[in-house]
Amino acid sequence: MIRVVLPAHLRTLARVDGEVKLEVPGPVTQRSVLDALEAAYPMLRGTIRDHVTLQRRPFLRFFACEQDLSHELPDAPLPEAVATGAEPLLIVGAMAGG
Amino acid sequence: MSRVRVLVGTRKGAFVLTSDGTRARWDVTGPHFGGWEIYHLKGSPVDPDRLYASQSSGWFGQVIQRSNDGGKTWESADNKFAYDGPTGTHLWYDGTPHPWGFARVWHLEPSLSDPDTVYAGVEDAALFRTTDGGGSWQELSGLRTHTSAPLWQPGAGGMCLHTILLDPSRAGRMFVAISAAGAFRSDDAGATWRPVNRGLQSEGIPDPSAEVGHCVHRIAMHRSRPGVLFMQKHWDVMRSDDAGETWREVSGNLPSDFGFPIDVHAHEPETIYVVPIKSDSEHYPPDGKLRVYRSRTGGQEWEALTRGLPQSHCYVNVLRDAMSVDGLDPCGVYFGTTGGQVYASADAGDSWAPIVRDLPAVVSVEVQTLP
Repeated sequence: MIRVVLPAHLRTLARVDGEVKLEVPGPVTQRSVLDALEAAYPMLRGTIRDHVTLQRRPFLRFFACEQDLSHELPDAPLPEAVATGAEPLLIVGAMAGG
Repeated sequence: MSRVRVLVGTRKGAFVLTSDGTRARWDVTGPHFGGWEIYHLKGSPVDPDRLYASQSSGWFGQVIQRSNDGGKTWESADNKFAYDGPTGTHLWYDGTPHPWGFARVWHLEPSLSDPDTVYAGVEDAALFRTTDGGGSWQELSGLRTHTSAPLWQPGAGGMCLHTILLDPSRAGRMFVAISAAGAFRSDDAGATWRPVNRGLQSEGIPDPSAEVGHCVHRIAMHRSRPGVLFMQKHWDVMRSDDAGETWREVSGNLPSDFGFPIDVHAHEPETIYVVPIKSDSEHYPPDGKLRVYRSRTGGQEWEALTRGLPQSHCYVNVLRDAMSVDGLDPCGVYFGTTGGQVYASADAGDSWAPIVRDLPAVVSVEVQTLP
């Protein structure tokens, strides 16, 4: 199982508490994890990556295993610890007020 | 006895205020979608418990919410607003070409006859429609692809389509307004459009009487006379008696003719309301006095309505979608401020009282009159 930690507002939108656990078929990449996340929680479509371009929204970043993965290619493999479920993929909103 | 439901969109969530027909005591629920900007929410005229809300965030983009029980519970609807075909460019603030890009939904206008059909006005300016209750959205691209569109330019708040008026007596006729492009009319249900800005004068644009380029802040109509339109422009309050073909100024004796909202009394088509604001760079009331101005003559002659409103040290703004009326008799008038107050008048504006005082900055106010 892949573990994903969502920002608080997206947990509310998706009506989940704590981590999301996902079955991800095939290689574990940003794209495959986000595809599985959006399939399980359709209300998250467009909130993490743009509907049309599928680009990460500018005020969000992806972290795992104390690494910033935001600028990795969407089809690059995520760290082994994420693929095995030992570590979660963290989707983090910019720490900005407003 | 009839009831009233006031739908309030704020910078940090939505609130639903309800009262009986006396409009004396109010129940307040919210925040719904706390922390998100709620640009607008509105109910279907044919199914008042069907509500739609535009929820957005700089972090997470656009979400559309739908309620089938008058705002007690909500469910996410489709939030994909994809322009139909090549988008091209409009003008940026400095006059250079700028690519069209979706930012948010400013206004949701449910159909007058079908609760599943809703129009959405978006930034960058375009008009979308759903016919399946928010299951999917399609652009009515005849507006964005109008020949004048490459010359459209954003107002300070963005290039937003913020006003949608549906003509209740003439099928297929609708009006929209865009800052800072102007007003447009369609007579074929949104397939094709033409600018309807003749008579508008806007100092500060290269041609003050240009076909497009006017910063229209709001348009209002009375259901019984959809050919008569009232407009609050950036500066100037305007009136058209021929469905937008020509406009004339009716600012009259207003202390300032800058402002954002304008609305029409529910039962008196010649009675209109505005909230004068000092200037385009000083978005607060003249002299620190929050005054609604009412004209009973369709403009030109205005009276200040002050009873119950702060008359000193008041420096809030009232945004373009933040005024509405109910259908009771006497007509109720409502508006929200950037200071978080929602004021209500149960006597057509003669006197006012706050329903709530300390909400986040109010972006929109819509009122439903319920059986």
